[in-house]
Amino acid sequence: MRDTPLSNCERRFLLKAVEEKKRLDGRQTYDYRNIKITFGTDYGCCIVELGRTRVLCQVSCELVPPKDSRPTEGIMFFNLELSPMASPAFEPNRQSELLVMLNRQLERCLRNSKCIDTESLCVVSGEKVWQIRVDVHVLNHDGNLMDAASIAAISALSHFRRPDVAIQGRDITVFSPEERDPIPLSIYHMPICVSFAFFLQGSYLLVDPCEREERVKDGLLVIAMNKHREICSIQSSGGIMLLKDQVFFLITFLVYIYMKLIYCFMKKKFFYPLLFRKEGGKFGFAESMPKERITALKRDEAPVEMTDVQETASEIVNRTETPTEAVSSPVLVAMGTAQVGEGIVNSWGLDEDEEDEPQTEDTKTGSV
Amino acid sequence: MDTIHACFKDKIGEVLLPGDVFSFRLPESGDGSIKTDKIICGPGLRRNGEEVQVCKSGILRHKQPNMYWIDSQQRRYVPAKGESVIGIVTAKSGDIFKVDVGGSEQASLSYLAFEGATKRNRPNVQVGDLVYGQFTIANKDMEPELVCIDSCGRANGMGVFGADGLLFKLSLGLVRRLLAPQSEIVKDLEKIFPFELVVGMNGRVWVKAKTVQQTLIVTSLLESCENMTSQQRQTLFKRVAEGSL
Repeated sequence: MRDTPLSNCERRFLLKAVEEKKRLDGRQTYDYRNIKITFGTDYGCCIVELGRTRVLCQVSCELVPPKDSRPTEGIMFFNLELSPMASPAFEPNRQSELLVMLNRQLERCLRNSKCIDTESLCVVSGEKVWQIRVDVHVLNHDGNLMDAASIAAISALSHFRRPDVAIQGRDITVFSPEERDPIPLSIYHMPICVSFAFFLQGSYLLVDPCEREERVKDGLLVIAMNKHREICSIQSSGGIMLLKDQVFFLITFLVYIYMKLIYCFMKKKFFYPLLFRKEGGKFGFAESMPKERITALKRDEAPVEMTDVQETASEIVNRTETPTEAVSSPVLVAMGTAQVGEGIVNSWGLDEDEEDEPQTEDTKTGSV
Repeated sequence: MDTIHACFKDKIGEVLLPGDVFSFRLPESGDGSIKTDKIICGPGLRRNGEEVQVCKSGILRHKQPNMYWIDSQQRRYVPAKGESVIGIVTAKSGDIFKVDVGGSEQASLSYLAFEGATKRNRPNVQVGDLVYGQFTIANKDMEPELVCIDSCGRANGMGVFGADGLLFKLSLGLVRRLLAPQSEIVKDLEKIFPFELVVGMNGRVWVKAKTVQQTLIVTSLLESCENMTSQQRQTLFKRVAEGSL
């Protein structure tokens, strides 16, 4: 499906609105959208909603042989996918620039910053290590996929529990969750990305751009930071020229504030489901979906016409034609050859039939 | 045929599903006087021999004297002949413009289909402009075609528009409510502040008010009208009118 093109009047209007510091959804220039994090019933599954942008992340693990260059470290594998249901602009199986950029930024933010202790994932040095696989799927695209993906990935990693292992000599026993409680990953710090969109040659700036604002932007700056005020990665795309002072201002004041906000929010959202789990209460996606809203999927009971259902059903059965008779069991033609049904007369190579006939007669008399 | 109207009458206002059938058996009356009544089947109803079948899920509606249709909710537009839509020009190739109307295919718009356009005097249409036009050809077998003039050759409000203002998308049901002759929503909106409004039947709406802030207000008011009763809408509009004044 093709994406709707952006018309000239929309572009002009959006740029004019940015100049007047007005945003389409009524936010201020430095306002973030509402973040909603829900965890699923499995460990390591979470959905993040940033306004209308929805991202799903699932973490899983597997025992594999380690890389030759690092025999004592576990492996982290990141994969981000743009599902076609997220936006008509995403086509399946197409390597777009956006996909490559998002994947690279997610890897840089989480792998290169060494937020997960990979040494603790080693089971038998040089032979078996845990491979942690983080799959992020974009479910709905309304701008700022990078932030949502990074929040989803780090929340899922904190939520994830890997199975417990016991090593006796060369034997490895992996315990199921019923036998022994699974162990959480050891996470040093939690880096979170914050995106800034620049307009009109870098003169105007918006935080957390929505999809339409992203279409008219000149450039994008993504800064990943953690709670200890350490910058984990900076990426600037679009070729805008930024002054050093501008970047410092952003980092020192804005990024830290957002990071703290998101982090506190995540902590709050994170502990309650864990408490519920311990107390045996209900948890998971189904519990977190709102039911009383007009846009929810719940419907009142509607009466269905049920009279004469049996009679109409038997009427339909009587009216339909009986199916054709099933074919009889296969006929054994020769040793190792059986025939089901009758084939059509072979109309090719009529000369060869005469040569074949005596041969088939021989085989018929020979075996069976 | 009183029987036909009677068949429909019990179901008016009820939810029907695709596959529901209304069948009419002509009464075997001896007089031979068969009154033929005309019934107009609107969207969602289809005639199949002696039956009328429902092909969309929704509520059956009736308009005097003999029009029946199914009211259903939809956001995706399917081009239909005679409907006026807002399109975005995506390409200029030779003599025709390719226009995106939100359907499965892009519509084609000939450069001669504008008022006062001749081979020497080409209209000033750029890629990315908004056009308001009508469909002359729109069926499932061919590429749809738009024109920006009516049968007399006059523009009649159609053509390129929208130097400023904002384009956004609404559901088809809401758009039809806005286009109704005595639309309450539009009347209520007019009382707040003056603005220009172009409504396309493909769900696209263009709004322009004096300032950017007012345009944004009208946009969000229209988007929120989707699921509100008229009472809630009037209270909301009143609050906005008092707030903005």
